[in-house]
Amino acid sequence: MNIAELAKSGKFVVTAETGPPKGVDIEEMLHDADLLRGRVDAINVTDQQSSVMRLGSLATCRLLKERGMEPVFQVTCRDRNRIALQSDLLSAYVLGVENVLCLTGDFVALGDHPQAKPVFDLDSVSLLITARELEQGKDIAGNELKGNPRFCLGAVVTPGADPLEPQLIKMEKKVKAGAQFFQTQAVYEPEKFEKFMKSVAHLKVPVMVGIVLLRSAGMARFMNKNVAGVHVPDNLIDEMDQAEDRAKKSVEIAARLIREMKPMCQGVHIMAIGWEKKVPEVLEAAGL
Amino acid sequence: MIISEQKPLPEILESLEGEQRIFIVGCKGCAEACHTGGEAQVIEMKQKLEEAGKKVTGSTVADFLCDKALVKFKLKAHEDEINSADSLLVMTCGLGVQATAKVVDKITHPACNTINTGGARGEWWGDERCLECGECLLDYTGGICPLTACTKGLINGPCGGARDGKCEFEPETRDCGWHLIYERLKKLNKLEKMSAIVTPKDFSKMQPPKHLRNTILWALENEEKEAITK
Repeated sequence: MNIAELAKSGKFVVTAETGPPKGVDIEEMLHDADLLRGRVDAINVTDQQSSVMRLGSLATCRLLKERGMEPVFQVTCRDRNRIALQSDLLSAYVLGVENVLCLTGDFVALGDHPQAKPVFDLDSVSLLITARELEQGKDIAGNELKGNPRFCLGAVVTPGADPLEPQLIKMEKKVKAGAQFFQTQAVYEPEKFEKFMKSVAHLKVPVMVGIVLLRSAGMARFMNKNVAGVHVPDNLIDEMDQAEDRAKKSVEIAARLIREMKPMCQGVHIMAIGWEKKVPEVLEAAGL
Repeated sequence: MIISEQKPLPEILESLEGEQRIFIVGCKGCAEACHTGGEAQVIEMKQKLEEAGKKVTGSTVADFLCDKALVKFKLKAHEDEINSADSLLVMTCGLGVQATAKVVDKITHPACNTINTGGARGEWWGDERCLECGECLLDYTGGICPLTACTKGLINGPCGGARDGKCEFEPETRDCGWHLIYERLKKLNKLEKMSAIVTPKDFSKMQPPKHLRNTILWALENEEKEAITK
């Protein structure tokens, strides 16, 4: 199912996320994903998130597809040059993977192979252009392809970035380059998000608000200190701090945020980061 | 020596679009040796710009544009001409363009592509670095190189990893290159430059082009040979 078309049809799009394991034991990942079958419209598969070497995104996408779930193939520019990226996009198409989320990727030194050579031959904007070029039946060197692929292309944006303007400029470039939908970095402040949505209304592109499940007050403080563009307000941290049942509280907060922001945007993207099992509860509580 | 070649005139004129009054800066260092930014090329460029309908408010040729202190001193003498100009056209390598951008609050357009280092690097080792990529982008970025100032070498704007103007890699000490570029372009009222979609770089240009390398080395070697025979 094409995410952009789904949003265009007026449906509030719901996506979740799975991170492939470090290794080949895929049982737990598939079990967690099974819990989401029929509950979400698509599942993002991260591309070696935080620059940590893992099982590949494309193979995992195909596994989900075979189990009747719609994957979103996350592609970063961190590890592959334009030859490998184009080849993987073609591979995605023949494997039946239609939704592709184009990202720059974290810097390599943040992961578990800090010695690796960073690639960044393309960036998120030129990766989008590249995918569009392939759809026209040509690679970016201008060579003819035998059969052309089709994609539904997505990109990301950080509504809480400070200053916001560079993010907005880049978001506009991504739309021009071919992005058909956006998933955002985690948002915890609906008022700020509303302002952000107003400032991008002219782009007329579906935006899916990012929700990261808070696991503890400590995690919230950690994100405030270390994750760019993410701010968990004090009242949420206090709520987590005082909660007797943290998991229950976490679900409650996520559901509340979703209900508050649902009228402002076209969908939600839930990043459970290890708490994938809780996602159905969140959806239930949010009335989705 | 840093080897440069002039950008094609149409590309230079395109970068000057919308600007009428230009101040030209040349370099008596490597750019003079490469015949890309010495006294003679500055005079030639002045003529070409005037033919294209521009007003050249003045020009100067500094000894080594990569030396910020020297550039500042040299440009001081042309303060009025520079202040009355819309922008500067800097005819030298990427280091010189960045060094000039550091000392003047005007847009600094590169007139050259920096091809490679034929021997020693620039005279002055500051925080300006040039990858000698052969496709100078400093025009889009307010004279700050995105390839070296951004940890990831991104050319289309910041990633999502910057925080308080710092890079996700070494957030204590390392500036986000794109934050610097954003602040600089905002200050110069040229933020629209950030909206341009920059096509992927042609990394084959980082290989020294044979014709240029041959010509310059050939010229220098022959000069030496001639001197010996004399």
